[in-house]
Amino acid sequence: MAGVTLDTVRKIYAGNVEAVKGVSLGIEDGSFCVLVGPSGCGKSTLLRMIAGLETISDGEVKIGDRVVNQVEPADRDIAMVFQNYALYPHMTVYDNMAYGLKNRGTPKDEIEKRVKEAARILAIESFLTRKPRQLSGGQRQRVAMGRAIVRKPQVFLFDEPLSNLDAKLRVQMRVEIKRLQKALGVTSIYVTHDQVEAMTLSDKLVVMSGGQIEQVGTPSDVYRRPETRFVATFIGSPPMNILPGKVEGPGRVSVGGQVITVTDMRDGLTPGSAIEVGLRPEDVQAGGAGSSSLSMDVDFVEELGATQLFHGKVAGADFVVQASTGQIPAETRRLTLSVDPANVHLFDPQTTRRLGKA
Amino acid sequence: MEKRAHFSGWTLPLLLIVPQMAITIIFFYLPASQAIWQSFLREDAFGLSSEFVGFENYSAVFEQPEYYRAMVTTVIFSTLVAFFSLAVALLFATQADKSLRGGHAFKTLLIWPYAVAPAIAGVLWMFMFHPTLGTLGRPLNILGFNWNPMLDGKDAMILLVLSATWKHVSYNFLFFLAGLQAIPKSVIEAGAIDGAGPVRRFWTIIFPLLSPTTFFLLVVTIVYVFFETFGIIDAVTGGGPAGTTTTLVYKVYADGRSGGDLGLSAAQSVVLMVIVIALTAIQFRYVERKVQY
Repeated sequence: MAGVTLDTVRKIYAGNVEAVKGVSLGIEDGSFCVLVGPSGCGKSTLLRMIAGLETISDGEVKIGDRVVNQVEPADRDIAMVFQNYALYPHMTVYDNMAYGLKNRGTPKDEIEKRVKEAARILAIESFLTRKPRQLSGGQRQRVAMGRAIVRKPQVFLFDEPLSNLDAKLRVQMRVEIKRLQKALGVTSIYVTHDQVEAMTLSDKLVVMSGGQIEQVGTPSDVYRRPETRFVATFIGSPPMNILPGKVEGPGRVSVGGQVITVTDMRDGLTPGSAIEVGLRPEDVQAGGAGSSSLSMDVDFVEELGATQLFHGKVAGADFVVQASTGQIPAETRRLTLSVDPANVHLFDPQTTRRLGKA
Repeated sequence: MEKRAHFSGWTLPLLLIVPQMAITIIFFYLPASQAIWQSFLREDAFGLSSEFVGFENYSAVFEQPEYYRAMVTTVIFSTLVAFFSLAVALLFATQADKSLRGGHAFKTLLIWPYAVAPAIAGVLWMFMFHPTLGTLGRPLNILGFNWNPMLDGKDAMILLVLSATWKHVSYNFLFFLAGLQAIPKSVIEAGAIDGAGPVRRFWTIIFPLLSPTTFFLLVVTIVYVFFETFGIIDAVTGGGPAGTTTTLVYKVYADGRSGGDLGLSAAQSVVLMVIVIALTAIQFRYVERKVQY
């Protein structure tokens, strides 16, 4: 078992395209780290550099205490699960899992023991003699996992492993991956664009955008205290509402003339300067005339079963409110929203960084 | 996934298949049935009359020692050409598949020989390896190799294999390249992570996944060697020296056109047709079963 350390890692493609712009990150031994971001943010490239499938243009990648920049993928003691599973189509499930062990000259009975064990853990014992094309998507996914765990590697790498599965299976496999990782205690790095996967799986959540890290932290840190507007709108569903506002004074901002109080606000901001006010749809309450309230014009309502989403406008900007079904009558056209000062996020309109307490 | 077009009447669908049917009938069924008919006839020396002789032409074919010699020659020739044209094409395709600088030019140049007519290809190689005039044949003799495809049957065969292989590599190359590009990159990467070096990856992953392509090319190449190398043989050796490079298809031509025995020639071409149909059937029945994937 080993941790993974990245030190100002860069990837520059031909034509001077910088896909990864100096990323530094420490992943502790045995932890589950998820890299999340929109497509093209460099998360997969970063993972492939750790795997050794892409050369490292600059910086250093360490697995344990060993710098692996020049080490072949086979010698990095890692295992990878690919998005399209990348099973060997001409081999049986058993041979797919045994292939890596055979290449390393593992004795035959040892191979059999390990493959059987992995098959038992993943409940794929009855398919061992089948070819991948005779399996369903979920079963193939298990075989791909099996191929990774038989090798007992130092690090597991997952490249969007669930994105080819249907929604129901995805939830089920997500839970299984988490359980498996906890049981085996192997350091795992998982790439996804799905923020629900990212939140639920990770011990350490890394949000990336444009080849850079936006924020690193536990899922609840990232959710509660997003460091940039990008993170704020990327993590959480439906995404955080961002309203244009104005600084009124310490702990006070206004949105369209309505003043709201804020707990987490940087000192010394010039009154009258522009500021962005972030409010999560699930953090605002309908009714209740507290110290901070906003009025909203409702356009339409989306029914989600347990909850309803009210879409409309606050101070001319799009706004969404999430409420338990029945809490607000669906025909409501005008809402008064009360805002908890602790749930207001402020961002600098220029730098898009959080303007919270230092 | 089945795609079906529905037509309301018979006229349009019939009109649509007429061109294809016409080509098949005029250029295949008609000559083939004529060959079968002729194989039962014997013409007089001037081609003025013919009589029905039953299977006499066939028994004459199988009584000729030259016929068995041509068969052996064909087997040797087709085995060598099939092996080399597939192996060389695969080697080139694996190299072209790597994204190298100038790869595009490399691919384009490799495809060119396919556009050269067989007879021209033959003449080209014949001149290059001419024992006294050839740019390569002459140096060989100067260096002390006793090279003369005009007198030595073995040299003639080598020259034929060279030119026939050269001509067909392009075709096989194209299909191998397409086959290689159809293999998902992540499968190869998974192999690399699983500890297989490039050579091991090739033989345990890439080659098995290419087997449908290889099988198809084997069938096509054999048919090529059996029939289409006629132009090359005619231009390079004319079946000589002393019949050492006369293959079955060349013998059909030699006996029929030069020998003037149309019945004997027709009987041979029917036998050849049966051999090729049988070979293809065997390949599809037995070899395809072992094809993975």
